[in-house]
Amino acid sequence: MLRYTLLRVLGAIPTLLLVIALTFLMVHAAPGGPFDDERVLSADVEQNIKQAYHLDEPLPKQFARYLTGLLQGDLGPSYRLRDYTVNELIGLTFPLSLSLGALAMALALGVGVAAGTIAALREGSYLDRWIMAFSMTGISIPVFVVAPILVLLFAVKLQWLPVGWSSTTGYSRLLLPVVTLALPQIAYIARLTRASMIEVLARDFVRTARAQGLGMFTVIRLHALKPALLPVLSYMGPAIAAILTGSVVVEEIFDIPGLGQAFIRGALNRDYTLVLGIVVFYATLIVSLNLIVDVLYGAIDPRVRYR
Amino acid sequence: MSLMRNRAISVSAGILSLTALFALVGPWVSPNDYLTTNFELPLLPPTMTAAHWFGTDDLGRDLFVRTMLGVRVTLLVAIVASLVSLVIGVTYGAVAGFVGGRVDAVMMRFVDTLYALPFIFIVILLMVVFERNFLLIFVAIGAVNWLDMARIVRGQTLSLREREFVQAARLTGVSTARIILRHIAPNLIGIVVVYVTLTIPQAILVESFLSFLGLGIQEPQTSLGALVNNGVKQMEGAAWALLIPACLLAAILMCFNFLGDGLRDYFDARHVK
Repeated sequence: MLRYTLLRVLGAIPTLLLVIALTFLMVHAAPGGPFDDERVLSADVEQNIKQAYHLDEPLPKQFARYLTGLLQGDLGPSYRLRDYTVNELIGLTFPLSLSLGALAMALALGVGVAAGTIAALREGSYLDRWIMAFSMTGISIPVFVVAPILVLLFAVKLQWLPVGWSSTTGYSRLLLPVVTLALPQIAYIARLTRASMIEVLARDFVRTARAQGLGMFTVIRLHALKPALLPVLSYMGPAIAAILTGSVVVEEIFDIPGLGQAFIRGALNRDYTLVLGIVVFYATLIVSLNLIVDVLYGAIDPRVRYR
Repeated sequence: MSLMRNRAISVSAGILSLTALFALVGPWVSPNDYLTTNFELPLLPPTMTAAHWFGTDDLGRDLFVRTMLGVRVTLLVAIVASLVSLVIGVTYGAVAGFVGGRVDAVMMRFVDTLYALPFIFIVILLMVVFERNFLLIFVAIGAVNWLDMARIVRGQTLSLREREFVQAARLTGVSTARIILRHIAPNLIGIVVVYVTLTIPQAILVESFLSFLGLGIQEPQTSLGALVNNGVKQMEGAAWALLIPACLLAAILMCFNFLGDGLRDYFDARHVK
């Protein structure tokens, strides 16, 4: 188990380095400097600014400097928001995105697994077909189409929920963003659970348990759920990535001051260090969460470890 | 079951061809064009007057023609991007699968590494850094979507490589490039067609996502994602400006997904339950 975990951790390092190198190069290959404003700076001032941000050094040296900073957890200063470092900006905006994502993930897992199990138990019934039709719709329709339609329906027409983030306080303003973010994941998880649950329910140990007189609910809870959830667990990595991507849209539409919004604003403002920092941060997050999923998978299913 | 699937295939293919046909013919039938602004008639609801069948947007531009144009751009970007990913993915997968051994291991390890990248953020960064360039959208989306294709093609090539006709070609001294081109590639067509159909909706998603964020297609050109974005701004007074492109986009994506699923089941008996 330790060997398996170590191998996984070592495997994650080249991925991270690749992301960092790729994004760093892209940002530095950008035509025009980050300080090209309408205002023309005098040569001296420009020189000073470049020196302050170490932009006058050769590229490899800049990269080495950036990596050294990263190892100490320092993402450098923001180019546009002069009084902030990238770390401060992420610290300000990430907690909101995190709670949004975690709530959406919890909702997606709860509803998705329940719906998938029900569909599997009633395979072929009308209920099953409805759940599957709903889930195909959920997978196909992008977040940025679902979000405005939900807002139009529940906030503008029915006026049950607030339209924007800043217009109210309290938990009601979290409801629409979280549901929007969770919907496609509910759909996907329901499909995965249904498929693997149907397979597990056909296995001998389920029949034996049923023959011993255990109720269906007990059999699922004690015997069928764990093996049936393995595919769902391995989907967690992509799900987390999808929720992070989705949160960019959701934060933009609902005007939530989270990390996704900071990324888009930074991108549009050409705040290169901020954008670079957020990409590196997201990549680290996704890679480490994938790592945790992998290790968990190995812990639950010993067959994986020896591949 | 197979009949059901075939119905799913034919219905979604039918809807898609109709949509494409409308997008091609529609602007030609309408007396309006996509550029002309009319500040006397902003945010007009769908009506027969002046042939504004889908209404007008905030600048008084005809939404019918703009929506048709959007469908065109969306489909065009998706198809070209899928072709880019097809070329990269098939070449990469076929070479890895056919050469095998250590080359294969290294090449697939690289693909695994790429799978972990937060691609959408890198694409956004790309669009920002290199000034929203129409051509770049194709390349960026294609470059993102080739991974699945490479994996599938590699798996298929691995099993084809051991078949008698490939062995025979080898024995008679046919060159590697020629074997891949003449003996392996034709046998990959079925599975490749399926995965292209499944790549197209993903490419549409990325393009419309970028355009929705204002980083994709630039005004006065438009795509369904850009139209949805514009619709969101007007939705409190003019719901049609949001709902029409949103529903069209959803319908197109659903049709491609159903088509791809149906084709996969049709070609691959293992998927039929």
